[in-house]
Amino acid sequence: MARAKAVFRSILPFLLGLPVLFAIQSVTPPDYALILVSVGVNVVLAVSLNVVNGFTGQFSLGHAGFMAVGAYTAAKITTGLVGVDLPFVPQAFSDQAIFALALSAGMATAALAGFLVGMPSLRLRGDYLAIVTLGFGEIIRSVIENMKTLGQATGLSGLPPRTNLVWVGVSAIATVVMARRLAVSTQGRALFAIREDEVAAEAMGVDTTGYKVRAFVISAAYAGLAGALISHAILLATPRMFTFVRSIEVVVMVVLGGLGSITGSIVAACTLTIALELLREFQAYRMVVYAILLIALMLLRPQGIFGTREIWDLAIVRRLFRTRQLAATGPAGASPTEVRDDSTKGVV
Amino acid sequence: MSAPLEAKSVTMRFGGLKALSEFSLVMEPGELVGLIGPNGAGKTTAFNAITGVYTPSEGEVRVSGELVNAQRPHEICGKGVARTFQNIRLYKQLTALDNVRVACHARATSGFFDALFLTARHRTEESRILSRAEEYLKVMGLSHRRDEISRNLPYGEQRRLEIARALATGPKVLCLDEPAAGMNAAEKVELMQLIRNIRDRFGISILVIEHDMRLVMGVSERLLVLDHGVTIAQGKPEAIRKNPKVIEAYLGDAYLEEKHIAITPEGAR
Repeated sequence: MARAKAVFRSILPFLLGLPVLFAIQSVTPPDYALILVSVGVNVVLAVSLNVVNGFTGQFSLGHAGFMAVGAYTAAKITTGLVGVDLPFVPQAFSDQAIFALALSAGMATAALAGFLVGMPSLRLRGDYLAIVTLGFGEIIRSVIENMKTLGQATGLSGLPPRTNLVWVGVSAIATVVMARRLAVSTQGRALFAIREDEVAAEAMGVDTTGYKVRAFVISAAYAGLAGALISHAILLATPRMFTFVRSIEVVVMVVLGGLGSITGSIVAACTLTIALELLREFQAYRMVVYAILLIALMLLRPQGIFGTREIWDLAIVRRLFRTRQLAATGPAGASPTEVRDDSTKGVV
Repeated sequence: MSAPLEAKSVTMRFGGLKALSEFSLVMEPGELVGLIGPNGAGKTTAFNAITGVYTPSEGEVRVSGELVNAQRPHEICGKGVARTFQNIRLYKQLTALDNVRVACHARATSGFFDALFLTARHRTEESRILSRAEEYLKVMGLSHRRDEISRNLPYGEQRRLEIARALATGPKVLCLDEPAAGMNAAEKVELMQLIRNIRDRFGISILVIEHDMRLVMGVSERLLVLDHGVTIAQGKPEAIRKNPKVIEAYLGDAYLEEKHIAITPEGAR
């Protein structure tokens, strides 16, 4: 019984999210679907990169490399198994099952790549780590560019159209849930400790190298998921999709939203992706406006939109929920700081 | 039963400089030992060698009989040696509670998998950590600061929070690096009383570095005096006070300097 309850709590965000996602899926016109897909994929990318750059304070610039690993792995599986049907089930279901397998495989190989890259490079700090991860990202890309089985520079095309809003939505929820659960757990606090003071974290019993590698591996796995999703939405996987510029885009989202803030990453990923689409009408000035937007934001709020805080830490949101939380915490005279984000802990 | 902490002729060399030579110390359970010496005597170097920040050039460090020379600080911490830092090293942006909770992690058994899938083990672990952390905050008189960002705490409370954090790792030996630095006289006396209480309450051994001779003599049962990396004396406080070598290296210098400054108020040497 207790076990069933634990499982229920564990998957609750997905149970709540799925009907909404199916509803969105059915009402979204196909023209807008691709924009929503890229919003969702960017949420996955930004939130997962935040685990390394924001939570752990290790500046990684190689996210696109892990995307590429995930994308190519998944693409190889779906194109290889095209036309293969599982027995006794409808074809549509069989396709989705194969896609689920492809996504998982993409995550797994990206995680493995994260481990291989992370082990040697996470001994470095700051600028050095940034340069090394950038280098590894580019190495992954040029390895792909030179492999015949992966289509070299032209990449793989003719991927089956498997990505839909439900898959993207579930992936985004999974990423946010991962980050949120990590943030309120003892493992997550160990990551924060590494960010705040590595020497002290080490002295207080945190295996700093081990935890950095673990954060890196988790982050890489979700990057692989994002890569697999986007390649099955545009039905293409080419090395040019996963250049260093793509990594920078994600870093911009994380920094803009606020390093360490999950809501910040989500908001920044959504606004930047949509802003780029809206600016498409002004073709020539698009990147200029985009750049000015970024510069202005960094000048006005260098710590990012949310800083390290979450949306439920903001005074206005807190006031909205205050009466309920006071009732929940019990003793009178509880100061506002004492009624922190306990209400959200149960859900996520 | 071997001693909780033992250093056997530990030597630390940095290039040509011998920062610490032949440092030996056996900590008995429940003992309070003071480590004193003038600036640059090698006190913090001794701490760093014991806690794994440095690997000793020569000699052995043993925790409960186990050789830990080549181990990393987090491993040594896991074996039961915790420390504080001379220049406070709190996790500045985290709350007081979270600072202590991170330290409780040293004894946690759940992993990333448990955290991501909210297993039963994870939840019992979290509630255990929370109650333990709150208890340590209470012991150090910081309960009212529970949810304050540690950077915003007054200096004295930051020092105490650092001790709470070190205690939360569940140590057998607690090493305090100048816990009273920057405090006024009244606060120092209070702190020394607190250190005694911690020892009595948790039954752990405490090794404390302190500049203030009078203070450290009042609180510790045994003293070790370092000068230029060499242990020049050790024993009971009364004996140390009369030891001519110590007076010359430490008290004498300080005394003379004081006198000198008193004669020439403009500070000319």
